[in-house]
Formats: sequence, C-alpha cells, structure tokens
Amino acid sequence: MNGPSAPDVLVEAAPPEQQDAVAAVAAHARVRTPWTEFWRKFRKQHVALVALAFVLLLVVIAVLAPWIAPYDAENFFDYERLNQGPSWQHWMGVDPLGRDIFSRILVGARISLAAGFFSVAIGGIVGAVLGLLAGYYGGWWDRIVMRISDVLLAFPGILLALGVVAILGSSMVNVVVAVSVFSVPAFARLVRGNTLVLKQMTYVEAVRSVGASDWTILMRHILPGSVSAIVVYFTMRLGTSIITAASLSFLGMGAQPPMPEWGAMLNEARADMVNAPHVALFPSLAIFFTVLAFNLLGDGMRDALDPKIDRM
Amino acid sequence: MANYFLKRLLGLLPTLLAVAVLVFLFVHMLPGDPARLAAGPDAGPETIELVRKDLGLDKPLVAQFYDFFGRMLHGDFGHSMRTRRPVSTEIAERFMPTLWLTLASMAWSVVFGMTIGIASAVFRNRWPDRLGMILAVSGISFPAFALGMLLMQIFSVELGWLPTVGADTWRHYILPSITLGAAVAAVMARFTRASFVEVMQEDFVRTARAKGLSEWVVIAKHCLRNALIPVVTMMGLQFGFLLGGSIVVETVFNWPGLGRLLVDAVGMRDYPVIQTLVLLFSLEFILINLVVDVLYGFINPTIRYR
Repeated sequence: MNGPSAPDVLVEAAPPEQQDAVAAVAAHARVRTPWTEFWRKFRKQHVALVALAFVLLLVVIAVLAPWIAPYDAENFFDYERLNQGPSWQHWMGVDPLGRDIFSRILVGARISLAAGFFSVAIGGIVGAVLGLLAGYYGGWWDRIVMRISDVLLAFPGILLALGVVAILGSSMVNVVVAVSVFSVPAFARLVRGNTLVLKQMTYVEAVRSVGASDWTILMRHILPGSVSAIVVYFTMRLGTSIITAASLSFLGMGAQPPMPEWGAMLNEARADMVNAPHVALFPSLAIFFTVLAFNLLGDGMRDALDPKIDRM
Repeated sequence: MANYFLKRLLGLLPTLLAVAVLVFLFVHMLPGDPARLAAGPDAGPETIELVRKDLGLDKPLVAQFYDFFGRMLHGDFGHSMRTRRPVSTEIAERFMPTLWLTLASMAWSVVFGMTIGIASAVFRNRWPDRLGMILAVSGISFPAFALGMLLMQIFSVELGWLPTVGADTWRHYILPSITLGAAVAAVMARFTRASFVEVMQEDFVRTARAKGLSEWVVIAKHCLRNALIPVVTMMGLQFGFLLGGSIVVETVFNWPGLGRLLVDAVGMRDYPVIQTLVLLFSLEFILINLVVDVLYGFINPTIRYR
C-alpha cells in the first residue's frame, strides 16, 4: 500500500529544479483516507509491526507446511532417537513415538491458524448479520437477539464449546463450530451498536429517501461503516479462539492423535513429561507466540483505529 | 436496598426456568438413545422398552419436562450412568475443591492484577508500565494448560518444592491457583490500568491535587474508588471465566473438582451429570451477576435502586 501514489508520480515527473516545490504542493494534496490515516498511526507502533511480521510468517508457514517440513509429521518414525532432545537432525527433538517435533509444529500451525480463522469468521459473519438486523429493525427481534447474546456472553466460552462438542461429538470441525458459537454474541453486539449510530446519519436518510431497499442500505451503506471495527475485533478474537480450540483438543475433545494439533500434542506429551519435557515445551511455545502475536497485532490495530475503544 | 435485592432475586426465577428448558432440550438433542445407554450394551429390545417406560421416556416431551422439573425441585437429579450413584452426591463431593480453587485464584489475581494495573497507570509510559503490560499481554496469551504443565515440571518435578496432583493440603493449591488465575490477573491489570488512566484525567483529580493533597491520597482515595466501578464488573465476569478455566486446570492437575467431573461426564456421555452441572454452572453465573449489581451500590452510592 506504500507504492507510488499519484502525487509521488507527479513529483518524479517534474523537472529536477522544481521537484521540491512540487513535492511540497503534492504533500498538501495527498488525500487522507481513513486507510492512510490508520496506516500512519499503525506504522508508529513497532511492537505491533513485529507482531504483524510474525503473523505473516505464520501464514506462510501454514500454507507451505507440508512442503517445508523436513519430515512427514504423522508417518515418519525415528526409532533410534525416541524422546531425544533438540539436535541438528531434529531441531526440536523427537517425541516418544519417534516423530520429528519441528515438522509437527509446522503442520500444526496450519491446523491452529485454520481453526482460529474459520471459527472467528463464521462467528463474525453470523454475529454481524444478527447485529445489523437487530440494530436496524429494532423491536422484538432486537430484544431477543440481545437477550440471547447477553446470556451467551456471560457464559465462559470453553463451557459452551464443551456443550456443543458433547452434542456433535469430538472432531476438529466440531471444535470450529463450537468456538464460533461463542464469537457470535460479541460480534452481534459490536455491529448492533454501530448500526444504531449509523442508521441515524443524514446520508442513510438520504439513501432511504431516494428509495433504496433495506438490503441495499444495510449492505452498502451501514455495513462498510462497521468494517474497520469488525476487522480489529476479528484480530483480537483470533488469539482467544486459537487458545480455546487448543484447550478442547488438549481435553481430548478436538483433534485426535496422531493429528499434530498443538493442544493435542501437549495432551500426548503429558504421559512422558518426566522423561521428555521438550515434547511439551515446543507446542506450548508455539501456542504462546502465535496467540501473543495476534493479541499484540489486535492491540496495535485498535490503538491506531481509535484509542477510545475499551482496553480489554 | 433489601427490597431491590429481593426483587432481583425474584426476577431470577424466569431466567432459571428458561435455563432449565434449554438444558432439558439440550439433553434431548444429544445423540444416542438414553434408554439404550441406561439399559446397557447387551440389553434386548424388550428390556430397552422397559427401561424407556421406567425412565418415563415414552411420555410426550412436555410431560417429561414436567417430571424432570418436579424431581429437580425435590433435589432429585437422577443417578450418574457411570457410577450409579445419585448425581447430587457426586457433585457435593466435588463442589468444595472447585470453590476453594476458584476463590484462591480470584483472590491472588485481583490483588496482583490491580496492583500491576494501578502501578502501570501511575507510571504511565515508563518502565513499570511497560513491564506490567508485557506481563499482562503474556498472561492472556499463555494457555492455562501449557502454563500448568510448565509450572508442574519446574516446581514439582525438577525442584520438588510442591506436590504434583491432588487437593489435600494448602500446598496443593499453589500451582493450580496460579495457573487458573494468571489470565484473570492479566485481564484485571489491563482493565484496571485503562480505568485508572481515564479517572486520573478527570477534573476532580486535578482539584484534589490543586488543594495540596499528597499524590498517595489522590491515588488511593480519589482515583481508586472511582476507577473501581468498571473493575468490579470485570471481576464478576472473570468469575465466570474462572469456573470455565477450572475445567482445563483441573484436568492438568488431576483436581477432584466439578470441572474434571464435567470433562469425564462429557467423555462418557453421562447425561444426568452433564445436565445437572450445566444447570449448576448457569445458576452460579446468574448469582454472580446479581452480587456484582449489589456491589455497585456499595461502591457508587449515586446508583439508585428501584
């Protein structure tokens, strides 16, 4: 997004002796969109920038995991080196079954990131739609949605997720469904609040007066006003969702062995903690740094967007 | 005040009824035929029909709910399918260890979290603030089960200072309560800081300073009380989180509490236990919210109770 903008092109096109003058005018003319404003503030936060870089690295790892992992994460067994610590052959050591922990961590990144992303995405979409409708139409629909949201919000996520897994059975897909359920109320509430404000705006009234349908008003004129808040909340929510998904796998209700999900890896490592603590150490660190990166990125985006959004 | 409390308590009844209906429907949505489960794997079709009649599962849904609710009011929550003991006994045995663990976690995390939060706000943007906030963001990013395993490895296995599993002496409480409270302490620290920073910019704080009060009095008396209001709400919400977190932590430390009972029950599809536990947890959340509302009144007398 820092490519040459129109003013920059103008400056370069100007004759050398006039470049300074043109640059001064161009700087003035540079359009301050909300997006450039956001980037200007975000850029100053070095911690958040590092977090962003780490998140991008994780995404690359998640996409390329099967190709960059040095060994097969599930079907390679090194029986010579069971429980061995980190070495040149196995950067993070070997687990009790002889599998390469580094490869499993890399492939696990794909599982954890996908679980986090899809659960928050599903929760975000359902919540946003509910919130839009509740805020726009009000009335009994609004009251019902908000009452249910309040109850769900008060409930700890892991308990709710456990209930969903109890109904659907334990698998990674069901974990995603379970975790998305408890993202719904938070998004619904966020979007509803924004919708309540935006629907009073003059421009929405203007759109309505020229005969736009409710659908057009909601999708083209109200939803875009909430997008930035949704994106920030999405990022902040990812960390929590990754932890919850990993917790469920740790409890044996999500990913099942031999799947290299980080929480499931920790659960497997529990049996041999005394002999091979490194088997538990690396998945722990993987979860910690991933969630930390998303939390720091979310904090940074929130501060860049609006320092007044409450600091949770 | 007492009047308000009573009114709120009565207002709980419809909520509880709604929760009971939800739990009842929830159990009916669970896969598997409860009559078949109760009858055991070797039972023939006639036995299953007998068991179904015996459990009242052949009646219409509304009548079943009526039975379920009536029995519940008499304190009869059925028998655990796993141990064949009354659910109420199972839960009664496990209740206290979880309660004590939750309270111990809450106590240290509130003290610790608020201290960090206040120190961060007072020394805003200087090193105590930075250190405190690094700790806080790490606290919410470290999953409880990993922290528990790490602490157990260091303090119980390597150093041998503390016991690993069980809930017999106070020394058993140290590691689980640190594990369970870490995330709450982190959230409290971040929240207290935010609330404090806001209050410290208020006019009345400037007035207090202007009339020559020492900084200590301004912080401890004028700021703290006002900053506490949102913090108390947060505390109530975190209690719910602790009850949820206990599920994971109890599994790590093999704690004889309600959280592990629930995990075991879900794993074994022990429906009577699941349904009673979910009801109990819901009741706890509702009561906690009530207590938080009442606490408001003590902290902020301007809130009127009608």
